[in-house]
Amino acid sequence: MSRIPKILFFALIVRPVVLFVLGLNKRGMNNLPQNGPAVLAANHNSHLDTLVLMSLYPLSALHKLRPVAAADYFFRNAILKWFALSCIGIVPLDRTGETDREKLFAPCHEALDQGDILILYPEGSRGKPEERGRLRKGLFYLLKERKATPITPVLMNGLGYVLPKGEALIVPYCCDVIIGRAIKAESNPKQFIEHLSNSFDELEQYCLSKELR
Amino acid sequence: MPEFSLLPVHSFYVMCAVIGVLVVSTIIRLVRKARNPDKDDTELRLRINSWWWMIAILFAAISYGTGTGIVLFAVVSFLALKEFLSIVPTRFADRRVIAWAYLSIPVQYYWASIGWYGMFIIFIPVYTFLFLPLRMLLTGETRGFIHSAGVIHWAVMLTVFNLSHIAYLLALPDKNPLAGAIGPLLFLFLMTQANDVSQYVWGKSFGKHKIIPKISPNKTWEGFLGGLVTVTLISSLLAPYLTSLNWQRGLLAGLIIALAGFVGDVVISSVKRDLQIKDSGHLIPGHGGILDRLDSMTYTAPLFFHYFYYMEF
Repeated sequence: MSRIPKILFFALIVRPVVLFVLGLNKRGMNNLPQNGPAVLAANHNSHLDTLVLMSLYPLSALHKLRPVAAADYFFRNAILKWFALSCIGIVPLDRTGETDREKLFAPCHEALDQGDILILYPEGSRGKPEERGRLRKGLFYLLKERKATPITPVLMNGLGYVLPKGEALIVPYCCDVIIGRAIKAESNPKQFIEHLSNSFDELEQYCLSKELR
Repeated sequence: MPEFSLLPVHSFYVMCAVIGVLVVSTIIRLVRKARNPDKDDTELRLRINSWWWMIAILFAAISYGTGTGIVLFAVVSFLALKEFLSIVPTRFADRRVIAWAYLSIPVQYYWASIGWYGMFIIFIPVYTFLFLPLRMLLTGETRGFIHSAGVIHWAVMLTVFNLSHIAYLLALPDKNPLAGAIGPLLFLFLMTQANDVSQYVWGKSFGKHKIIPKISPNKTWEGFLGGLVTVTLISSLLAPYLTSLNWQRGLLAGLIIALAGFVGDVVISSVKRDLQIKDSGHLIPGHGGILDRLDSMTYTAPLFFHYFYYMEF
């Protein structure tokens, strides 16, 4: 797939917006995995989350970043589909529950096998603005057979204020992006969720604007 | 029209001197690093590098023309307002109100650019002040109304109204042709910075009696008074060179800047202390946020401007 639309989109639109309209308080940048296979597990409040996470990487590494995104949402029309595939490079995930687990995760495994870095939101969807939702177990089942894959927790704060679900107006705001140390998949889903949830709690103290709205 | 070759000579020399100071600081740092390569000087390096960037952007913008200078300060106001509203909590319901608050920036700087003094001076204290609560009513959320109305308007006053006085200096008629319209602006920046530095140096060397231990434990009477005398003296020498003020009026200008700079610094410190944060942001490596850099300026800019305007126009 051509890398050019993606690079242009990030160089000309995403990066200037992130720099000027957002302004990030970045912590723990050296925890960011440079090579795949790896997983970034972040909290999800806004469409901007994915763009901000991808903007943390140099333009030359963009093609390795693969956000896992809902197929029903991003493939609902041709323009959005082209955008999702060419400008972002998503790995489509079927949310209908009709595909069995093996098949469901096949595109994710394919991406990990070729050394990509998956971006995943364990909360599932964007949820209420600036509130952390319940973590789901999908990530555990994805990595069940890949226990060595490092999972890097990333906590973002403020993006649900800039552009919450269901809004079109972007309001400038300085956001926090706090990257934690990588964790590994546990032996059972409950333990794993707890571990990940604790990591997020720990990262919260580094946020500059602590008051989540 | 680019005006690089037509820079007024006094302002040009002062800008060269500032660059000279930066060159010397950079050389001193490199020499110290060479003598003692194991010592970590990251913080100092970042600080000096950021100074280079800030000076380069400021000088380029004001040298190119009045318009670019005014646009630069509008951008600075935007970044400062964003930083302020990001660290001080407001309600989720205030999103749209805050979007309107941002819109006051281009309007306020437009009044400065056309030199409409009457509108410039009332637009934020009167019209914005009255409009923002009206917009807040439309959201229908009354819990926290007073807090939000206060925070948002105070933020706009500090970062847009106060800082826009820097831009208005550029729109004033030029009364000292040797320094040009950028002369008073350079004067304000230099004196505000001289005040920060000399208060720090005097305090570090002779400081004993704390002024406000609860807010800024490092601020001492010795630092404050030493800085005040130093800045007042430098100001009386520099004012006739860069502005149309004579040395006596320059003396008073220095006094005002020293007092105002101290207060501005402490006011922003109190905000940060209230929020229990050290820096207001991370925009400028080695300095913190843009508000950390411009804390004194939020007070010196309007107070110097009005003194200057009253005396000379």
